Amino acid sequence: MTNSDPSSAAAAPVNSSSGIGDFAFGGFGGPSVRPVNDPFHGDLLEVSMGPQHPSTHGVFRMVATLDGEVIVKLKPVFGYLHRNHEKIAENTSYLGSMPYTDRLDYLCSMSTNWAYALAVEKLSGQAVPDRAQYLRIIMAELTRLVNHSCLVGFLFNDLGTSFTPLLYAFREREKIIDLFEALSGSRMMCNYQRFGGCRVDPTPEWLARASALVDNFPRFLDEYETMLTGNEIMLARTQGVGRLDPKHAINAGITGPVLRASGVGYDVRKVDGYGFYPRFDFRVPLGEHGDTYDRYMMRILEMRESVKILQQAFRELPAGPIMDPKAKLRGFRPKPGEAYGRLEGPKGELGFYLISDGSPNPARYRVRPPSLINLTLLEEMCLGHTIADSVVILGSIDIVLGEVDR
Amino acid sequence: MSAASANFLETAPLLARDWLVQFLPAPLQWFAHNLITIVAILAVFGIFFAFTTVAERKLLGRLQNRLGPNRAGLPWIKGLKLWGLTQPFADAVKALTKEDIVPAAADKVLHFLAPCVVVAFSLLTFAVLPFGRHLVPVELDAALLYFFAAGAATELAIFMAGWSSRNKYSLLAAMRALAQLISYELPLLLSVVPVVLIAGTLSTQQIVHAQGFWTFGFLPHWFVFTPWGFAGFIIFLIAALAESNRSPFDLPEAESELIAGHLTEYSGFKYALFFMAEYFGLTALSGLGVTLFLGGWQAPIEGLQFIPSYLWFMGKLVAMIVFFIWVRGTLLRLRIDQLTRLSWQFLVPLALLNLGNAAFWSLTSGWSGPLQFVRWGVSAAIVIIPFVLLGRRLNAGRGPRTYRYAT
Repeated sequence: MTNSDPSSAAAAPVNSSSGIGDFAFGGFGGPSVRPVNDPFHGDLLEVSMGPQHPSTHGVFRMVATLDGEVIVKLKPVFGYLHRNHEKIAENTSYLGSMPYTDRLDYLCSMSTNWAYALAVEKLSGQAVPDRAQYLRIIMAELTRLVNHSCLVGFLFNDLGTSFTPLLYAFREREKIIDLFEALSGSRMMCNYQRFGGCRVDPTPEWLARASALVDNFPRFLDEYETMLTGNEIMLARTQGVGRLDPKHAINAGITGPVLRASGVGYDVRKVDGYGFYPRFDFRVPLGEHGDTYDRYMMRILEMRESVKILQQAFRELPAGPIMDPKAKLRGFRPKPGEAYGRLEGPKGELGFYLISDGSPNPARYRVRPPSLINLTLLEEMCLGHTIADSVVILGSIDIVLGEVDR
Repeated sequence: MSAASANFLETAPLLARDWLVQFLPAPLQWFAHNLITIVAILAVFGIFFAFTTVAERKLLGRLQNRLGPNRAGLPWIKGLKLWGLTQPFADAVKALTKEDIVPAAADKVLHFLAPCVVVAFSLLTFAVLPFGRHLVPVELDAALLYFFAAGAATELAIFMAGWSSRNKYSLLAAMRALAQLISYELPLLLSVVPVVLIAGTLSTQQIVHAQGFWTFGFLPHWFVFTPWGFAGFIIFLIAALAESNRSPFDLPEAESELIAGHLTEYSGFKYALFFMAEYFGLTALSGLGVTLFLGGWQAPIEGLQFIPSYLWFMGKLVAMIVFFIWVRGTLLRLRIDQLTRLSWQFLVPLALLNLGNAAFWSLTSGWSGPLQFVRWGVSAAIVIIPFVLLGRRLNAGRGPRTYRYAT
């Protein structure tokens, strides 16, 4: 990417104060970036990272333009996993899309199910029994533990450990996944929630197992933090890397731990108070610097809060039915209208927007995927950092390509 | 055990060689003599390499809550698993039978030469390591200089590999390898200079002899047990990790960033050769560390000298390699700018100060009685105070944070 004609460069003078570094992203506090079309410093190197790359977390591609090792331009390319999810859902009955929502964010199928169920329940005005509300919160918070422990493990893999922290995180994740399998019959594609309740009632043994697991979870977090959070290489690699300021984050619609790491206290569990969350006592951690380290710590602290929510849920879980007796799953035809159901997924605000025309299929079905929207500021976060950091920043945003591409 | 039998064990490898050589006609004897030495080193360290890989995989597995390879047995005996110890041989067969892919755009000659060069140079370094009291392949007066010259040449091969592959990842890896070489060759050399200063020789065998004393018969006079030696050993360890491209300095082949770095376009046995060279390099550097700081083939206790010296050497070598594997299973990778900064702002100043420290140690060798304590105190202060100050500067502005919660 050279500028072959020096005169054109002279006609449009580019210097460091008006270059891309200051143009949009000067406030980010990262190292300065030299302009892409600066003819005086040799060639830039364009590297295509992905779609087959160990650290793009699936089939994601980053076209990075490098000055030495410093990123001066980064173009995210996605769509390799596009499966026409929304159109397929519009041609399927409401219940028929439920298992398909598992495949959106395949790490957190329980939350995704719930978000879809929320939207449909809003559309049809169905009630949900108390026990099902508690079970939904239990599943959603267990999913948060699964997602965050995976994310933290993968983040360390991106930081260059040879799998050790990842496998420690996977040990915990497997225990929860085993619970999901015992309950729903599938490890990852749970297909557990229904409009008006849940599909299976857990046995007392299952609840005892889950409760014991949750009580032991802080031990894993302590162990993890002792090993890694204070590590000097970890601090050097993550603090001050990939800053995201709150203004940009809000403008881009970023949600979830990435937004809260920038210091914005926005959590749909608190804002909307969907389900029975208002009954629960938990706090929402906030970062200050908005860098990779804060995003990592948000996950750790949120896991600790999730443990508190889960312990309370296991204590208070009432007896009773798990399905609304009036709920009608087959031949389900909601009245014409529209509804937007959203919840705080592990990755951010996860929403489903449905328009019904009275037929068995939704007339319009739209997903608000937090992964995709959080990904939009990737370039801004990466500029001025090295190619090694771009991998870490991408890891700290926490994307799942099934949800980005849909 | 009698002194005679101990002596026999000590010289057994040499006796076996001489016994073999005597059957040949006189003009061939010199040639066969050297050839046997070379074959012995290749065989011993070839097998050592094979078992290092399996030890690494098993140890890493244990560090990561899993078992590691435990299936490979012998092909013709069912049910005999041998704890997976034959895994490296199965891997070798796999590497040999895989397709060797050369990219169409690659510089074919360099692409082929690079793995050969890297193995050749990493093997050359074994020539000057004293494996035992009588086992040193080549007695050079400037053995240390030779070692570093041969060791640095392996980085050239990495650059050849990165350049000839015509792959951007490989090219970035080659750049990183060179930056790393320039940054870490200096602290590596500077950490060794104090040993040369104290021992007064560049010959590895004489450096080992200089460490062959014991206080009260059980406190060995290894250089690592002096303030300057300890500091030197730590600097040597860090620089050796960087020189052999091991985690946390494995930037040229940083898997999460550069796919496989300079190895991206290599497959089949050429890949295995790089792998082999990396482990040879690691073994040689560990052997040098043992020689310079850990007393080489000397026994830790005077009374244990009846055990052949080469076994002591191998034991210490294995301990060093286990340490390196442990580090690999634990630490994160540095970034390239942090890597060079660590070298120039931390290791090089410390190594230079340590050189002065060794000079002080050498000047005050006559001090005795209470002055001994002064000598130790001053020497330790010369190392520890700059270590703390430089370390603080390196980590300035970073640290654990506290977090607030939304109301």
